[in-house]
Amino acid sequence: MFKRLADSGKSVALTVDGRPVDCRAGDTVAAALLAAGVDRCRTTPVSGAPRGPYCLMGVCFDCLVTIDGVGSRQACLVPVREGMAVETQSGRREAGR
Amino acid sequence: MTQASDLAAHYDLVVIGGGPAGLAAAAEAGRAGLSTVLFDENPGVGGQIYRAITSTPVADRAILGEDYRAGSDLVAEARTGGALIANGATVWSLDPARLVGVSIAGQARLIQAGRVIVATGSLERPFPIPGWTLPGVMSAGGAQTLLKAQGLVPDGRTVMAGGGPLLWLLAAQILRAGGRIEAILDTMPRRNWLRALPHLPDFLLSPYAAKGVKLLREVRARVPVIRVAELEAVGDDRLREVSFNGRRLPADLLLLHQGVVPNVNLAMAAGVAHEWNARQLCFQPVLDEDFNSSVPGIAVAGDGAGIAGGTAAAERGRIAAVAAIRALRPSAPVPDLQIIRQRLQREEMGRSFLDWLNRPADSFRQPEGDTIVCRCEEVTAGQVRAVADLGCEGPNQMKAFMRCGMGPCQGRLCGLTVTELIADQRGTTPAEVGYYRLRPPVKPITVAEFASLPIAEGERLAVEN
Amino acid sequence: MRAMSEEYDVAVVGGGLVGAATAWGLAREGCRVALLDEGDRAVRASRGNFALVWVQSKGIGLAPYSAWTVRSSNAWAGFADLLRDETGFDVCFQRPGGFHLCLSDKELETRANALKRLHNQPGAVDIKSEILDRTQLIKMLPDIGPDVVGASFSPLDGHVNSLRLFRTLHTAIAARGVRYLPSHRVEAIAQEGGTFRLATSQGEIRAGRVALAAGNANMRLAPMVGLEAPMRPERGQIVVTERLRPFLHHPTGTLRQTDEGTVMMGDSHEDSTDPSGLTLGVSAKIVERALRAFPLLAGANIVRTWSAIRVMTRDGFPIYDESESHPGAFVVCCHSGVTLAANHALTVAPMIARGALDKSLVAPFSARRFYVQATG
Ligand code: FES
Repeated sequence: MFKRLADSGKSVALTVDGRPVDCRAGDTVAAALLAAGVDRCRTTPVSGAPRGPYCLMGVCFDCLVTIDGVGSRQACLVPVREGMAVETQSGRREAGR
Repeated sequence: MTQASDLAAHYDLVVIGGGPAGLAAAAEAGRAGLSTVLFDENPGVGGQIYRAITSTPVADRAILGEDYRAGSDLVAEARTGGALIANGATVWSLDPARLVGVSIAGQARLIQAGRVIVATGSLERPFPIPGWTLPGVMSAGGAQTLLKAQGLVPDGRTVMAGGGPLLWLLAAQILRAGGRIEAILDTMPRRNWLRALPHLPDFLLSPYAAKGVKLLREVRARVPVIRVAELEAVGDDRLREVSFNGRRLPADLLLLHQGVVPNVNLAMAAGVAHEWNARQLCFQPVLDEDFNSSVPGIAVAGDGAGIAGGTAAAERGRIAAVAAIRALRPSAPVPDLQIIRQRLQREEMGRSFLDWLNRPADSFRQPEGDTIVCRCEEVTAGQVRAVADLGCEGPNQMKAFMRCGMGPCQGRLCGLTVTELIADQRGTTPAEVGYYRLRPPVKPITVAEFASLPIAEGERLAVEN
Repeated sequence: MRAMSEEYDVAVVGGGLVGAATAWGLAREGCRVALLDEGDRAVRASRGNFALVWVQSKGIGLAPYSAWTVRSSNAWAGFADLLRDETGFDVCFQRPGGFHLCLSDKELETRANALKRLHNQPGAVDIKSEILDRTQLIKMLPDIGPDVVGASFSPLDGHVNSLRLFRTLHTAIAARGVRYLPSHRVEAIAQEGGTFRLATSQGEIRAGRVALAAGNANMRLAPMVGLEAPMRPERGQIVVTERLRPFLHHPTGTLRQTDEGTVMMGDSHEDSTDPSGLTLGVSAKIVERALRAFPLLAGANIVRTWSAIRVMTRDGFPIYDESESHPGAFVVCCHSGVTLAANHALTVAPMIARGALDKSLVAPFSARRFYVQATG
């Protein structure tokens, strides 16, 4: 869906559902997912419908993912960090994760 | 980076939001010697209009345009002024006594403010069409953020739909960045011209006229523009096609936009009185000429005070800051308000024309049937209309009955739609129907953060009696 | 035997859970009913209740209240079935038994004493409650934190989806032809020749009988028909998390997981009648106790808080009364609009339809008790 205009910036390695993904310093987790072609980051806790980032400014909460074991974080507000483990979410979040 | 523990317990001025209004306000207040902190939720300041202004990887200045670059000066001004600028800082509560609840990196704090300037800006008007929740459908503002902050350009088959200045600006930026747009589906009714025309002379005098015409030409020369009266995003697990006027266009990405509206959540939760703006079709705070709200000591500046654009936002931020300085430190030198107000007036000229011209069609604001209205709780337009028929007069009863507005976005993506649907169904006005009652936290915080807040003895006894 | 000038057999005043349940019950009896309500921003306890169908600890100081509560709790499953048959909505009534968690030995001792007092009252009904120590408790609630020393338990306790109940009742009354009149705040009530004339902000409503089910506003309305409803409203706050996978299968008195997955935490008492205010520290205390009870909630996001004004009579027990000076006027007033909904729909409404309260059931709940005590 998206391509990088300039392949500048330091490379940052993270995993998405265990799969290595290469992104750039300055990416948010949502940007990293979209740049890597991951357009679905969760399914809803109501009907299980797939969703992806919509607003990229922290208001829609459709970009919720699990980051380093912590669920329901807004991917569009969290900057990437080397070694970060991102997991897509399915339905309701588990208490304690 | 500023941590929650670095914050003082009290500041003369707390500015919430790091867009043009917040930056200008923080710059003025810092310069005048007020102890000032600016909280901004994003990784960097700039707000949405100057998003990532200090870090954008887009090196070619022509792509984002000179107006974007103007944001650098504001950031520099705010930084040299002496205000503390905290990014990654989510303000989740503001009460009428100006106690500010803020979280940074999972740590919550309550900060007492002498004065508060709410500069939480705008967000895109909900665009509830069938399929707008599918992955592959995004707001145009979202795509613009990806371009500014990460240099990401839409790739594959991209369709844009809606109208308003931001949509056309983004189209031009995508094209300049080497992207491709299959089509722009213009949803603005042609008859908007009739109501816009009387305001044309003013618009022609504003700084936006020449720029706007140039932009439209630039885009129209390279992208087919089709006027549409109906629009649907089609796909099962993601967007596959865009359907309009009986046609279908295969698409990988659909970018929606039909204008921006004030982001009212924090100000409303603080008890600030709001009113319906019938021209801009949104709620906005009731403010005096210094942008003071109905709650003493709380001002609302920038687009959150009513949509007027980024340059106007900065001027509004300065005016609100001057009022704060005069209240807290009358001896401090302040800039000449007269000049600022004149600049603001010039910026606001031409707004009426743009508002009428870009007034979204009723059908795109008040959907029918199975179209999802509340994205969080997946409530449809048909359900809202049916419950309105039961006798439900307003959004608060609607929320109780249908859960719309109860999800994590707290009504930001459905509030206006629900109000307008109830008004439409019951034959009354949005002003009469009103808006959701909002309470803190206006952004989710964790149980652990909430539990860590200070608890007075009387507050303990209210629970453990 | 409706007089020509009467539009309705009964005007029910108050569109919350008590009024809606009563109106539905009246409609089932064949009455023509108008349900008068305030507007969207009405002070409405029904939007802010905790959704428990709760028996434990109800009735200390008034044994018949315990029996009345058990009666409703026992009727609830049937009530929910009737509503489902009429509307297709499942209000998710469950009675898995509920806990009252204690976070210190002192709390547990206080709790045990309270239940003992309840049990020893003359005329007490058996609510099968027991006190559990931590070892017993952890077998039933494995996720409790180290601060939980024990709990009381009653197998009669349960919960529902109270917002869905609210919507379901309104759907059911609409289907039964009850005329719902929002933004009809009642300003005055007069009785002329057996007909009640209710002056509202939108004109006059006439009815043969009137049932006041307006919560704390009964304090203002009851004297208009020669009755009293002494109230002492208080504010309670509730905190709600995002939807989580099921982890808690029993309600507790202050924390429960809803069928939708959200976790509700509550139970605060403040002297305030301002429903728009919210005391952050009070909510923080609620959340702090919830976290100690279930530490696995630490990372869950709180998405909502709200405050509501509790309907509270002066002694906390319900008021059911009929007027001697204005025959045909009734007061239906209580704190536990969810727990007692089955009684209001299936027991109280038929009494009002018949025109007289059944003293054998509700005599203890007359507001006269306040004056007997005051003079005696
Ligand atoms: S994409 Fe909307 S909140 Fe992140």
